[in-house]
Amino acid sequence: MNGAETLQRPNAAIDLGARRRTRIVGAILILLAAFVVVVLGDAPGDATFRLSRPRDVWVLPDLIVPAQPFIYIAAALTAFLGARQFLRGGGRWTTLSLGLGLGLGVLAFLVWATAGNAFSLTGMLQATMVRAVPIALGGLAAVMCERVAVVNIAVEGMLLAGAFTGALMGSVVGGWGGLLSAVVIGGLFGFILAALVVTYRMDQIIAGVVINLFVLGLTSYVSSQVFAEMRHLNNAPVFRAIDIPLLSDIPVIGPMLFQQNIFVYGALIMVAVSTYYLFHTRNGLRARAVGEHPRAADTLGIDVYRTRYLHVTIGGMIAGFGGAWFTLGSVGRFDENMTGGRGFIGLAAMVFGRWHPVGALMAALVFGFTDSLQQKLALLQTPIPSEFLAMAPYVATIVVVAGLIGRARPPAADGKPYVKE
Amino acid sequence: MDVELKAITKRFGAVVANKDVTLQVRAGEVLGLLGENGAGKSTLMNVLCGLYRPDEGQIVINGTPVQFTNPGDAIAAGIGMVHQHFMLVPVFTVAENVVLGVEPVGRLNHLDLKTASAKVREISARYGLTVDPDALIETLPVGVQQRVEIIKVLFRSADVLILDEPTAVLTPQEVEDFFGIVRSLRDAGKAIIFITHKLNEILEIADRISVLRAGRIVGESDPATATKADLAEVMVGRPVHFEVDRSGAAPGDAMLVIKDLTVLRDDNTIAVDNVSLTVRGGEVLGIAGVQGNGQSALIQAITGLMPAARGTIRFLGQDITHASVRARHKLGLAHIPEDRQRMGLIPDFTVAENMVLDSYYDPRYARGPQVQWDAVNQWAATAAAAFDVRTTSVFAKAGHLSGGNQQKLIVARELSRDTKAVIAAQPTRGLDVGSIEYIHSRLMAARAEGDAVLIMSSELDEILALSDRIVVMFKGRIVAEFDANVEKPEKSQIGLAMAGVAA
Ligand SMILES: Nc1ncnc2c1ncn2[C@@H]1O[C@H](COP(=O)(O)OP(=O)(O)O)[C@@H](O)[C@H]1O
Ligand SMILES: [Mg+2]
Repeated sequence: MNGAETLQRPNAAIDLGARRRTRIVGAILILLAAFVVVVLGDAPGDATFRLSRPRDVWVLPDLIVPAQPFIYIAAALTAFLGARQFLRGGGRWTTLSLGLGLGLGVLAFLVWATAGNAFSLTGMLQATMVRAVPIALGGLAAVMCERVAVVNIAVEGMLLAGAFTGALMGSVVGGWGGLLSAVVIGGLFGFILAALVVTYRMDQIIAGVVINLFVLGLTSYVSSQVFAEMRHLNNAPVFRAIDIPLLSDIPVIGPMLFQQNIFVYGALIMVAVSTYYLFHTRNGLRARAVGEHPRAADTLGIDVYRTRYLHVTIGGMIAGFGGAWFTLGSVGRFDENMTGGRGFIGLAAMVFGRWHPVGALMAALVFGFTDSLQQKLALLQTPIPSEFLAMAPYVATIVVVAGLIGRARPPAADGKPYVKE
Repeated sequence: MDVELKAITKRFGAVVANKDVTLQVRAGEVLGLLGENGAGKSTLMNVLCGLYRPDEGQIVINGTPVQFTNPGDAIAAGIGMVHQHFMLVPVFTVAENVVLGVEPVGRLNHLDLKTASAKVREISARYGLTVDPDALIETLPVGVQQRVEIIKVLFRSADVLILDEPTAVLTPQEVEDFFGIVRSLRDAGKAIIFITHKLNEILEIADRISVLRAGRIVGESDPATATKADLAEVMVGRPVHFEVDRSGAAPGDAMLVIKDLTVLRDDNTIAVDNVSLTVRGGEVLGIAGVQGNGQSALIQAITGLMPAARGTIRFLGQDITHASVRARHKLGLAHIPEDRQRMGLIPDFTVAENMVLDSYYDPRYARGPQVQWDAVNQWAATAAAAFDVRTTSVFAKAGHLSGGNQQKLIVARELSRDTKAVIAAQPTRGLDVGSIEYIHSRLMAARAEGDAVLIMSSELDEILALSDRIVVMFKGRIVAEFDANVEKPEKSQIGLAMAGVAA
C-alpha cells in the first residue's frame, strides 16, 4: 500500500514537468507567430526560389511565392500550433509542433528576405552539406571517443593538424598522399591523447587543451615562418566534385547529396558505418559497455585500456580526415587557425546529437544550413547587420537542436579514468 | 568441478587483505564464506575470478594449477562471480548484458540478439529465473537484476558460482526465493561459494562454513551443529552479546521537546504531519516505521537539515526551531546520519580530516584561520583508538575504510565531545555483528550518561533491543506508542502499526 504511494509520487512530478513544457512550447510558438507578423509582415513582391540550374538535365520551374500572403499564412499556422498546445497538446505533439513552428518561422524569414528577389535554393542546400562536413566529422570523432568514455576536447586540434598536414603533404606528394597523411597525423594525436589519459590518467580536459594549444602553436609558426617564404609547400591540389551517375540528376537532392567531393561522401559513409558498428556489432557493444561501466566490461574479460586506445585513435583518424577538408576539400591552402572552432562546434553537435553518429550529422546539418543561409542573406542585402547574421548559425544550433532534442544522457563513465585495482 | 585456493596472499600497498588463505569447494555443495566487513572476502573472490592477481599462492582446478591473467581466463575455466556491486550496464537490455563478452554474431560481425534472447529464455526456464530478456536493466528492481547476474554466469557455462553478499540488497521475501534458486543450482551439480556476514543465512543455506577474519581463515564449521553464538565468536574473535543490557532505566528531565511539528518535502507535500514528541535524559526513544513515512524528515528537522514549516523544537529549554546547525551542535546535539557515505563523512578526506569536520574551527585545532594539523592528527589517532576505528593510519582516506569502520568513525566524531542528545538514524544499517554490537554499546553508554537518545531504524529488532519507549510513524504521523519498560511490546503489534492498521 505504501510502496505504491511512493512509486506514484515521482511520476506525478514528472507529469507536472511535462505539462509545463507543453505550455512553454505553446507560448514560444505564439510569440514566434507574433514576431513573424510584426517584424516580417511588410514584404512587398514575390519571392522567387530557383530549384534548378540552367544546365541541369531535369529542369524544375522556379518556385514563385507571393511573400506577404505566405508570411501571414505561416504566422497563422504557427499561432494555431501554439494555441493547440494549451488546449490539448503534450506528448509527441510538443516536439512535433515546435519543429513545425520553427520550420515555418525559418521559411517565413527566407521568403521575407527574398521578397522581390530571386534565390537559388539548390545552391544553398548544396552549400549546407559542404559546410556541415567538418562539423559532422568532428562530432563523429568525438562520438567515437566518448562512447568509450574519453572526453576529446582535442578534436579542434586534430582538425587543425589534419588541415595543415593535408596542405603540406598534398603540396609535396599530391592530393591522395596528403589525405592519407592527414588521417595518419589525426590518428597519431588520437593515440597521444589515449596515452595521456588512459595510461597516465591525466585530466582529460587538460590533455585535450594541451594538444589544441600545441597544434595551434606549431602550425601557426610553420605557416607564418615557412609557408610565407616557400609558397610551393602550401599549394595543394583540391579534390573536385564527382557526380554520381543518374543519382546526381535528381532535382534538388542530386546537387545536395550526389554532386559533391569525396569529403562529403566520406562523411556520409563514415556516419553510416559507425552507426552500424556501434549499435549492431559485437565490438560496438563492447565499446559502449566500456563507456558505460568499464568495471563490468573488465569482469567479462573485455580489455578496457585496449578498447579505449583503439577508439580514441580511430576518432583521431576521423578528425584528421575532417581536417583535410579545410585544405584539400576547399581552398588548397593552409591559413593560421583556419578551423576557427569548428571542432568545438563538432563537440556541441555530438551532445545535441545524443552521442549518436546520425544525431551528430543532423546537428551539423542544422549548423551548415544556418551558416549557408547567413552567407546568402548577406548577398541579398537584408537590413540585418552582418555581425548578427554571422552569429546566427551558432545560436540556431543551440536553440533548434536543444529545443527539439532536449536533455540527453552521456555515457555513464564519460571523462573518468579507469583504475584496475 | 573442484576448486582449491592454496595459501593465497594479496596485499594493497601496506594493507594485507588476504594472508595465507587455503580454501576448497566441490561440485554440488554450497560453501559458506563468513566474515565481517573488511575481512577480505571480496578480495579473495576477486583473486579467484581473475580480477586481481595474488601476490603469493596458487589456484588449483581439478588438481591442475592454473594462472588467471584476466577475468576472461577465469570465465573460460568455468568460474563465474556475482559481484557485491552488480556489474550490469544500466542502459543495456538484459540480453545484451548477458551476452556481453561472448556475443553470438552472424555475418559482418552482426550482433545476433535473437539467439541471445532465446538463450536467456532457455536458462530462465531451466533454473526458474524469470526475467524478460528485452527489458532495460535500469527499469528492473534489484532482485531481478540479481537474477540477470546469475543468468550471465550460467550463460558462460560456469561450474563454480561465487555469490558475494547476494542478500544484502534483497527484501526478506526475495531472500527466500533466492535461496530456492541457490539450492536448484547446487542440485544441478554446481559448486557455489556463498559470501555473507549474516549468521542466520549462512546456517540456512551452507553445507560447509569457512570463517575469514582479518584476511585469514580462522575456522571451519558444520552448519548442522554450529550455533549462531559460536560462529559469531569465531568471526569477531571474542564472545558477542546479542542482547543489549537495558537495566537501570533512570529517565530524567525532558531534554528534547517537539510540539506540533510539520515538515514539507521539496515538492511541498507533507512529510511530517503535526508530530509532538518528548525525549527525556537517560532514555532511548525508538522511532519505528516502514521507510518513507517521514522518519528521515523528522530527524532532519531536529538536526537542522530541513526547515520546519510549523511547530516548535525545544532543546534544553531553548527554542531551536530555526537555529543554525552549528548552534544546535554547540548545544550538545549529536547526529549520526542515515547515509554515512553521503551525509556522514567525505570519502575523499582522510580519517583525521573527517574526525574534525564539526570542530576544525575550535581553538584546540585552529589558531585563527590556520588549522593546527599536528593537534588534529594527534586527537584523531586517540579517538580512532578509543572508538575501535580500524584503519592503517589517520591519513588513510575515509572512503577506503569498511562500512563498519566508517560508521565507527562517525560515532567517534559525534560522541567524543560533551553531548546532551544523540540522534541516530539507521545507525547499524549494513554492518556486521561486531560493529553493530559496538555501536549499540556506545549508544547505551550515552544513555547511561544521561543523554537523550533518539533512534530511527527500519530494523524492528534493533528498535526493540534498544528502546525504552517506541513510537511508530505512518504517513508522517505518530500512530502508536509503546512503553517497553512497562510491558515489552509484541513484534506483531508494532508491525501492524507500521502497516497503518490502527491498534
Ligand atoms: N582496491 C583496494 N585498494 C586498497 N585497499 C583495498 C582495496 N580493496 C579492498 N581493500 C582493503 O582490503 C580489506 C578487505 O576488503 P574486502 O575484501 O572488500 O572485505 P570484505 O569483502 O570482506 O568486506 C579492507 O581493509 C579494504 O579496505
Ligand atoms: Mg565485500
